[in-house]
Amino acid sequence: MRLRRCGTDAVLVEVDSLGEVEAVRAAVRAAALPEVVEVVPAARTVLVATRPGGLPAVLEVLATADPAHRAGVPSREVVLPVVYDGPDLELVARTAGLTADEVVRLHSGATYSVAFCGFAPGFAYLAGLPGPLRQPRLDSPRTSVPAGSVGVAGEYTAAYPRSTPGGWRLIGRTDAPLFDPTRDAPALLAPGDRVRFEAVG
Amino acid sequence: MTRRSLTVLRAGPQALVQDLGRPGHAHLGVPPSGALDQPSLRLANRLVGNPEGAAGLEVLLGGLVVRASAPCTAAVTGPSAPVLVNGVHRDSPCHLRPGDELAVGAPTGGLRCYLAVSGGIAVPPALGSRATDLLSGIGPAPLAPGDVLPLGPPTGIPVGADVLPPVRVGAELSVPVHLGPRDDWFADPAARLRAGRWVVSERSNRVGVRLTGPALDRTDRHRGRELPSEGLVTGAVQVPADGRPVVFLADHPTTGGYPVVGVVPPAALPLLGQACPGTPVRFRPQG
Repeated sequence: MRLRRCGTDAVLVEVDSLGEVEAVRAAVRAAALPEVVEVVPAARTVLVATRPGGLPAVLEVLATADPAHRAGVPSREVVLPVVYDGPDLELVARTAGLTADEVVRLHSGATYSVAFCGFAPGFAYLAGLPGPLRQPRLDSPRTSVPAGSVGVAGEYTAAYPRSTPGGWRLIGRTDAPLFDPTRDAPALLAPGDRVRFEAVG
Repeated sequence: MTRRSLTVLRAGPQALVQDLGRPGHAHLGVPPSGALDQPSLRLANRLVGNPEGAAGLEVLLGGLVVRASAPCTAAVTGPSAPVLVNGVHRDSPCHLRPGDELAVGAPTGGLRCYLAVSGGIAVPPALGSRATDLLSGIGPAPLAPGDVLPLGPPTGIPVGADVLPPVRVGAELSVPVHLGPRDDWFADPAARLRAGRWVVSERSNRVGVRLTGPALDRTDRHRGRELPSEGLVTGAVQVPADGRPVVFLADHPTTGGYPVVGVVPPAALPLLGQACPGTPVRFRPQG
């Protein structure tokens, strides 16, 4: 675990794996420090930002945090219903050397965890994708991916909360309400949540 | 009784509802947003008797005309700009009667004026804030003629002021910067930042101030390397592949995949948000 200075009121914690990211994120959240404003996990880092003067309390928590063990807050489980009829389902199956049905069984049979969010509000990068489904992005990204599209890219799978440009390989769609700024909990998926996909229709 | 409201008659180049934003949601991919020049919004609110965090209007380059439906107090802060009521120049803060039209003209010495009205702009909040986030589309749309903005009930007594010192961006902005988190990706970053002379680009907006000028070169070890996306703070000085720094402002993306060489402290950001394209900028790396 390496600490990188990020201005006067934030620290960027750098670790070696998604598992360590989740452990550090959970440790900082579990400490429930009133000084903390943002805890932003990413692929290999956790950014912790505080109110002015709040950094020493965070550094104290980090000094005792064990990135090898996830502690503290229990995770929620969210199930997303998916119609597996995406435009790239055949491409993903061909690339994996599987049938489309086998792709659906693999994708809906795994349990994922929200590694981090970014790109757009409520866009959650889900870790835990089975090996054969870890595939590159499309050579040429789509200018518009419909809201609710479920796709895979690299080591992640995700559902698009709204229509945006995107290069993920799309295998299905969900009508789950992924992001709604008028709700108290605007994002359906938050870092640390466990997620499963359920084939419907 | 008439509902207290403001009707937008003209919006100018860009007029937005802004308050102090919605920090605390970056882990969901939601930018902080909020007024770029927060001290000016806070001052305008104090002048009309509002809590400092009430929503007002951020008016880019003037051109705003609004009509009041009910008696209220209005204050315009930020750079010096003409304030007219029913076509007559007035000092700010001023009282508006029902039907009065208030116009904010083009500012000098900065880009963004702040209009606060007693009671505050009371559009429905999203994620605890009424701010318009232009990056992610959260909050009210940019104002357009015909919009009717509800006002809240006045909560305090307007504070009288005889003279308001206007915000003024000088001939050159000297911007403090704390190195890190990725200063080690760059060759001699403190010296290069100190020696460089940049200019605010026309492509600057609420997401960030883009700078044209010398490129910051990476070290040999980091040239061509990819950085996995990581969290960004407001004020982060990100250096994209072309080497020209971008200072992130309130509507910045929550994560980014280019290295951040340093961070501008919060106190220095309001003036950056006021700097016209063409303003010379230099950095003062701090210990």
